[in-house]
Amino acid sequence: MHMLEVKEIHKSYGSCEVLKGISFTVDKDETKVIIGTSGTGKSTLLKCINQIDPPDKGEVWLDGEELTNLSTDMNRIRQKIGFVFQDFNLFNHLTALQNVSIGLEKVKKIEKEKAKARAFDELKNVGLEKQAGQYPAQLSGGQKQRVGIARALAMDPVIILFDEPTSALDPELIGDVLDVMKSLAGKVAMLIVTHEMGFARNVADEIIFMEGGNIIESGSPEKMFNNANKERTREFLGRISCLYGKE
Amino acid sequence: MVLLGINNLINNLPFLFEGLGVTILLTLISVALATLFGILLAMGRCYGRQPLPFIIYIYEKVFRGLPLLVIFFLIYFGLSQQGIHLKAFYAAVIGLVLHSTAYQIQIFRSAISAVPDGQKTAAMSLGMSKLKTIYYIITPQVLRFSIPGWSNEFTILLKDSSIAFSIGVVELMARGDAINSMNPEGILYVLLFIAFLYFILVFSINRGLNYLEKRYRISGYAATSVR
Repeated sequence: MHMLEVKEIHKSYGSCEVLKGISFTVDKDETKVIIGTSGTGKSTLLKCINQIDPPDKGEVWLDGEELTNLSTDMNRIRQKIGFVFQDFNLFNHLTALQNVSIGLEKVKKIEKEKAKARAFDELKNVGLEKQAGQYPAQLSGGQKQRVGIARALAMDPVIILFDEPTSALDPELIGDVLDVMKSLAGKVAMLIVTHEMGFARNVADEIIFMEGGNIIESGSPEKMFNNANKERTREFLGRISCLYGKE
Repeated sequence: MVLLGINNLINNLPFLFEGLGVTILLTLISVALATLFGILLAMGRCYGRQPLPFIIYIYEKVFRGLPLLVIFFLIYFGLSQQGIHLKAFYAAVIGLVLHSTAYQIQIFRSAISAVPDGQKTAAMSLGMSKLKTIYYIITPQVLRFSIPGWSNEFTILLKDSSIAFSIGVVELMARGDAINSMNPEGILYVLLFIAFLYFILVFSINRGLNYLEKRYRISGYAATSVR
């Protein structure tokens, strides 16, 4: 049994069908990268998985539980699904430390002191122990995103969904965030929407290429970059590798 | 003349200060209730299910469209004719709360919409329920955003409370009116003193809330104050 199973997901906004039957699986501690042009429903797909924006049709299963079943308590399930956002979404009124500890305190009901200690450890792991007392507005983009990752990790998720985690960052700051993500590979399952082809190539167990609400092709980085089956995949990867570098 | 007026004022000081007490009590009770209802109804308008937002919308439109004096008369004289006899003070509290709540819904609603949507998404993604999200993430930010507008409304309510003298609440303004009819000698000084008291109250409220705004400002986040 796969850890995460996405079966035939459909999602429309009005008359616009964004996802036209998406299916794939993610196993324990596996890293999958979703690539594709903007507006092909990649972000929508992630929100359909943690039911922040539930799909119209299809099923999502995690650890043998059906998330698309309305009677499933999503507040409990979401603790197991980390989410890292393109624009960070740190809580503006809380310090970096509080951003990481609030989920532990208020959702997991861990004692304040223990939660703070754990949160501090997580910040340390992403290299931000010195920034623990600072507010999001005082942090750089790269620092904000690392707090975002620490916040997700503190909840001990089985999988983390990354929605273009480096797209809002200066080129210089992207490296720090990618380094943190690389260090997580193989320790927790990750489903990553990104345009960082170098990262995808080096870290992904599998690359999924999406376009127009469909999965065009998927496979190992080796296969996707060197001998993809579909002409469109080769075209896309060729063009985007020029732009973002092969590392 | 001047001496007579000042003498009149000094003789009436205890009488006026009693009235000041009533004004402060009336304002504090009304502002506390109106703020509570204002926050709850603003949340209801933003996050509630229909028809709740629509009902709140209608309430808001109606009570922002009525002069306070009309509301006071309706509650005090109108209800009395229907057999509901309220003490003038309570009628004034109800009137002020109905009136101010309608305005405060607007203040808190705009503060709620100033909180980015992503805050809610992020909180729910951590596994917070809707209520926890509102309590721990949305409200603390809303309260900060709403201090400037709310402090305005607070002082408006304080000044509006003087209209309660029209239904016979013996607050500060009503006492000035009483002194005027009993002993109109040098009434100017009495009225100036009353005006001074209102001004001092409004000034201190603004100062106090300004301090609160600064104290709870989120570093680097809130707009810097322009003076």
